[in-house]
Amino acid sequence: MKEYLKKYFILRRHNFQVAVKKAKKSKMCYLFLAPYAIIFTMFYILPVVTSIYFSFTYYNVLESPRFIGIDNYVNLILQDDIFITGIKNTFMIAIITGPLGYIMSFLFAWLINELPRWIRTIAIVVFYAPSIAGNLFVIFSVFFRGDAYGYVNAFLMNLGIIDAPILWLINPTYMLPICMVVILWMSLGSGFLAFVAGLQGIDRSQFEAGYVDGIKNRWQELWWITLPNMKPMLMFGAVMTITQSFGVCDVTMQLCGYPSTDYAARTIVTHLYDYGVTRFEMGYASAIATLLFLMMILCNKAIQSLLRRVGT
Amino acid sequence: MSKKIKEENTTQHKLIKIKRRKPNRSRVGDFFIYIFLLLMAIAMIFPMVYAINSALKPLDELFMFPPKIFAQNPTLDNFSDLFVTMSKSWVTFSRYIFNTVFITVVGTVGHLIVASMGAFVIAKYDFPGGKTFFNIVVTALMFTGYVTQIPNYLIINALGWIDTYWSIIIPAFALPMGFFLMKQFMEGLPMSLIEAAKIDGANEWKVFTGIVMPNVKPAWLTMIIYSVQGLWNNRASMYIYSEERKTLVYALGQIQSGGIARTGQAAAVSIIVMIVPVITFILSESQILETMASSGLKD
Repeated sequence: MKEYLKKYFILRRHNFQVAVKKAKKSKMCYLFLAPYAIIFTMFYILPVVTSIYFSFTYYNVLESPRFIGIDNYVNLILQDDIFITGIKNTFMIAIITGPLGYIMSFLFAWLINELPRWIRTIAIVVFYAPSIAGNLFVIFSVFFRGDAYGYVNAFLMNLGIIDAPILWLINPTYMLPICMVVILWMSLGSGFLAFVAGLQGIDRSQFEAGYVDGIKNRWQELWWITLPNMKPMLMFGAVMTITQSFGVCDVTMQLCGYPSTDYAARTIVTHLYDYGVTRFEMGYASAIATLLFLMMILCNKAIQSLLRRVGT
Repeated sequence: MSKKIKEENTTQHKLIKIKRRKPNRSRVGDFFIYIFLLLMAIAMIFPMVYAINSALKPLDELFMFPPKIFAQNPTLDNFSDLFVTMSKSWVTFSRYIFNTVFITVVGTVGHLIVASMGAFVIAKYDFPGGKTFFNIVVTALMFTGYVTQIPNYLIINALGWIDTYWSIIIPAFALPMGFFLMKQFMEGLPMSLIEAAKIDGANEWKVFTGIVMPNVKPAWLTMIIYSVQGLWNNRASMYIYSEERKTLVYALGQIQSGGIARTGQAAAVSIIVMIVPVITFILSESQILETMASSGLKD
């Protein structure tokens, strides 16, 4: 045992020395990275670390934080029913809109890529516009108005499918599906744009070579040539999709109200917002954020290992 | 013997086909895809059309029941009203515009330089700590902003940047999304390109500005779009409290929350706020197409 440990430490020391030597050689790299690393540490890593520390404290913003161990987490998981509802809703939204939005982003970027130049630009603007538009999605609350004058109600009543107006945004049955539609409408965002730029970068001659080598249709071409070339962008899009679909809160809050009927449209981030911004219980809110963070990391790990198999 | 000739013939045939048309595409498939895209585009654009139309509606039409989708008598009254309201504001309106433009331009340029420099070495060189740092960046992307606001405020306060432009600009330099995107794109660059330049006597900085950056132009144009979009829509209400340093979006938001009498102006506001990111987008998008057509990058 002792021998084993000794060997282990010798190995570690050796590795460390190699790393130091390497580091000395690549001074240039550190110089290039330094500005970004310093700013990033200051404004992104430090606040995250502080928040994780807050999650183990009672902190109401006015008094200084008081350490209470894992009480926040225990309360959160065992006693907070609304949080469980939030988790359920968030997962529902993430599982449906995440993959669908991701596939849509890629599919549209891929199909658009072959259009003639000007139509292409217009098409990209049309598809990307909803996510540039900020909070323009509030317009959907006009479409889904609860009275007979709302467009959707009026349309369905004229067709005779329903005979009384439906309270789309107040009735818990319809809230989540409507939010999902709106989220999907906005889902062609940063991932889509990265795909569009990435598709442009693929070397044309590869497609021709593939054709000569016997690729028969566009789907084979997609799987064997396009997707493997797009791997870095696919990774980027996946991370973006995860952060967006787990971080849903604006859409549900603005469309279904805050708080929504029976908490039917409550998501994890809405819950976090409730405690952090409305009630000033920062410790508790940080605990929610940390849990959400862990969920996203796990999800990201799973998806990354899935993406590694693409095109093989 | 004849088999070989046949094979040659089919290859010849295939090569001709490549020249004539895109290979592996059937006309029927193209047709259905175009129809599908058209339908989706209509569905996507419909709410936007509705919003633009509400901005063009005169006040009586805005409150009409049942509401119409298209404006019957389109006017630009809402926009001119908006300009009247704006000119009455306490701080001259050009000041708000200056604030936003300054923050957007400086923030975007700085972000572009700082993040691509970092992304370049992470993507192309193997040095201790590089991979770890990249993983930290990607992970940090997943932490929600609502709870980091307070630590962020404390840090900016400690630096003495409260109520200055820097409180918005400097953190924008290190946005993880742009860094991540840049690194992913640079990874695709062939290492041979960089080595060739090195043999020719170029140092790291030369390689970066002369070889790497021109070749990933689509990536940095995309990054500019993200950054402009984010900074333009930044309300900056968290760190900036003097009226003369507030951003345009904040000022317009104040008009927008002016109640029912300003419904028309509010609709005009949402169009104006949207228009700048859309224009940046269209400009850089056409640039992307331009560059990709001319670069002959091969591994």
